[in-house]
Amino acid sequence: MTMTAKNNAVPTPKQGVKYLLGALSRKAWIWAYLAAGATYVAAILAGSGGGGGGIWSLLYVAFTFASFAVMVGIGQMFVVTLGPGNVDLSIPATMTLAGTVALKFMASDGALVVPGLLIAIGVGLACGLFNFGLILLMRIPPIIATLSSSFLFQSLAIWSNRGLRIKPPQSLADFATGGTVGIPNAALVALLVSVLAWVILEKAIVGRWILATGQNKRAARLGGVPVNAVHFGVYVGCAVLAGLTGFMLASFSGGANLNMGTEYMLMSIAVVVIGGSSIAGGNSNVPGIWAAALFMFLLVSMLNSYGLGAGVRLILTGLIIVSVVALASKKRGRV
Amino acid sequence: MVVNQKGIGTGKVPIIALAGIGVSFGAVKALSDIELAIMPGECVGVVGHNGAGKSTLVNVINGRLSPTTGDASYDGGDSKADFRNSLRARNAGIRSVFQELSLCPNLTVLENLRIPYRKMPWRNWRGNAALAVRASLDAIFPGNGIDPYRVVGDLSIAERQMVEIAIAFSGRDIDARLVILDEPTSSLDGAIADQLLDYIGRFCAKGGAIIFISHMLGEIFKVASRLVVMKDGRILANDDAENFTRDSLVDAMGHVVPDAADVAAARKHKEFGPEVLRMENGLTARKGEIVGLAGLAGHGQAEALAQCFLERSSDWRATREPAVVFVAGDRGRDGVMPLWSIMRNLSLQTLVEFSRRFLVDCKGEKALAQQWHHKIGIKTDNLESSILSLSGGNQQKVLFSRALASIAPIVVMDDPMRGVDVGTKKEVYRMIRDEAEKGRTFLWYSTETDEILECDRVFVFRDSAIAAELTGDDITEENMLRASFEMQEAAP
Repeated sequence: MTMTAKNNAVPTPKQGVKYLLGALSRKAWIWAYLAAGATYVAAILAGSGGGGGGIWSLLYVAFTFASFAVMVGIGQMFVVTLGPGNVDLSIPATMTLAGTVALKFMASDGALVVPGLLIAIGVGLACGLFNFGLILLMRIPPIIATLSSSFLFQSLAIWSNRGLRIKPPQSLADFATGGTVGIPNAALVALLVSVLAWVILEKAIVGRWILATGQNKRAARLGGVPVNAVHFGVYVGCAVLAGLTGFMLASFSGGANLNMGTEYMLMSIAVVVIGGSSIAGGNSNVPGIWAAALFMFLLVSMLNSYGLGAGVRLILTGLIIVSVVALASKKRGRV
Repeated sequence: MVVNQKGIGTGKVPIIALAGIGVSFGAVKALSDIELAIMPGECVGVVGHNGAGKSTLVNVINGRLSPTTGDASYDGGDSKADFRNSLRARNAGIRSVFQELSLCPNLTVLENLRIPYRKMPWRNWRGNAALAVRASLDAIFPGNGIDPYRVVGDLSIAERQMVEIAIAFSGRDIDARLVILDEPTSSLDGAIADQLLDYIGRFCAKGGAIIFISHMLGEIFKVASRLVVMKDGRILANDDAENFTRDSLVDAMGHVVPDAADVAAARKHKEFGPEVLRMENGLTARKGEIVGLAGLAGHGQAEALAQCFLERSSDWRATREPAVVFVAGDRGRDGVMPLWSIMRNLSLQTLVEFSRRFLVDCKGEKALAQQWHHKIGIKTDNLESSILSLSGGNQQKVLFSRALASIAPIVVMDDPMRGVDVGTKKEVYRMIRDEAEKGRTFLWYSTETDEILECDRVFVFRDSAIAAELTGDDITEENMLRASFEMQEAAP
């Protein structure tokens, strides 16, 4: 019992830089930010931006692409927080299905943007309900349940889309690819989602319930936490976020595409882990997701700009991710 | 089998000698100036409040913790205190049974023996391990009926405790010479605890040594040849057991002796409200009543409590007016949130009650934690430090506060006093009586007779059914035992 006291030695309440650094180093996400910053500098030095304005243009692009990873990553983070065995593998399929159905409905008509968005969210809602039904009613382990439902969603997307690539309405495409006061709109949407997620996780009763369920489901239930409702909210919320991301991504890349979600399967899990959330559940954070998503994008562009071959690039990506995770897990702060 | 060169009880060398041992965690001094030597054949009882440093002392002796200052000498060897102490302890034949059960729940009983027995011969180890566990179980707890091939997670908490004790005494390459028992009887019922105490007597007669930590003074006096009283990380008294009386021991720990007449008086003058609870198995409770669930451990009391709680609360929604709250006894499994601070652990149940809206009311949470910090005396200066920095008994106080802070009219308690010291117990008994007078109903399962005697009405369980209902003056130890054992006597 008393042994653990060593790990949470109370810092001397000294003001100043030293104290700030001490406080920061206990945040699990600080390592992801350091890694992202270092990768950014390395990429700039390698000249991937090209020219003086390149410094900012690389950052702009990084934020644009990171925002999609952030949105699905936050959904995945909530699911992972629920504890061992909880992961949503149907995110890519949900994204694809929501993107294709919404774009097909809008049929490039600018007047239907809002109903289209609602349809994407509705598709996410339906996917989440289906997943949750499998997990709760049929008692299938979440990994298997979401994996099998992802085949189902993917097939539905293929069936509804039939290989066509329908363009998004012009106004929507402009919004998705454009920016406001120098910040990409996609990043603004992701930021809004992140702030909401942060409030839920850190400040709301629901967040406490999610964290409690992730640490010990039985104890949470006996402590008055409505655990089924928590699972329901988290799985449905994750799927809704995936639907929204699918809608945004399809609008951004000029049309829904049947394999547009593929890379987000591992990406969504990787940003959670690199961001310093515990894969064992019960201990998660939102700021880390942003750092991890930026890091993942910058890492690839850095290695690209050094002109390395695909094989070396993959090996380095793996090694760097492992070392960041190892560093971060060494100093894991407690709540 | 490797020949055991040491053998038990040879020589007049202390198995362990601690000189000037001190342990500190940062600013916190868990132990200071500990002088203690344990000779073969001794049974040393260690008593003290929660947080007195008993568990830390155990961890120093078995080598899990390196002392900050002082020397530990194993078996008359060099006095050194470094990281190899756990190896030295193992070679000296020191074994421990921990207060927090430390078996791996996903492994079978015999596989759990394999873990501490590192140099076990490979050939047919499962068979040998099963025999060794079986032999040890039968020697200590005759008629226990535990199959070594069962998975530990499927055993009841009492059975797990028995297995853990049996494994500590089992034969290995180096025989057990000093076994440390930290609250070994906290989840065992009386008859089984007596079997253990008898075995300890035989073990010491053969020259083995025991360190026996317990809050049950009766047991301590039954087995201990020497008593050590601890408080605030120091040894206050260290003398032969016959030089202590029950009262002088409690005085030494720093607590007043409870007045037995008090309890009886409190029970007599009571009137209860209408019936608030009726279960299918016949369990009933009235408003303001303290209802005890007695009987041998593992006869369905815990299941009845869980059913009572789950039926009256929802998986889907939390209300501001919960019908029932739960106090866990198995802290690790049912209560504590290990990643959280004391405050967050304390406020979990009542989040919806004190927060008006969607967000947690931080001020309300702080006020709640402060209030219970004083009311129940949780031993900490910082409510935001990890719950695991508290000793077992103080963690239990946090779980009590979590439940009692709610306005729920029914409180369900699943053997909540495991590992809680005498002083705290008295405080909690008083608090429970006060709350009952205000109209709350308590359902209280306990393995300790003293606690059952505090109840207004008692249901004795046998084979997952109610065997007897006792009220008023009928609540005696004798009646309870009779009801618990009737069936066994009828069908031998």
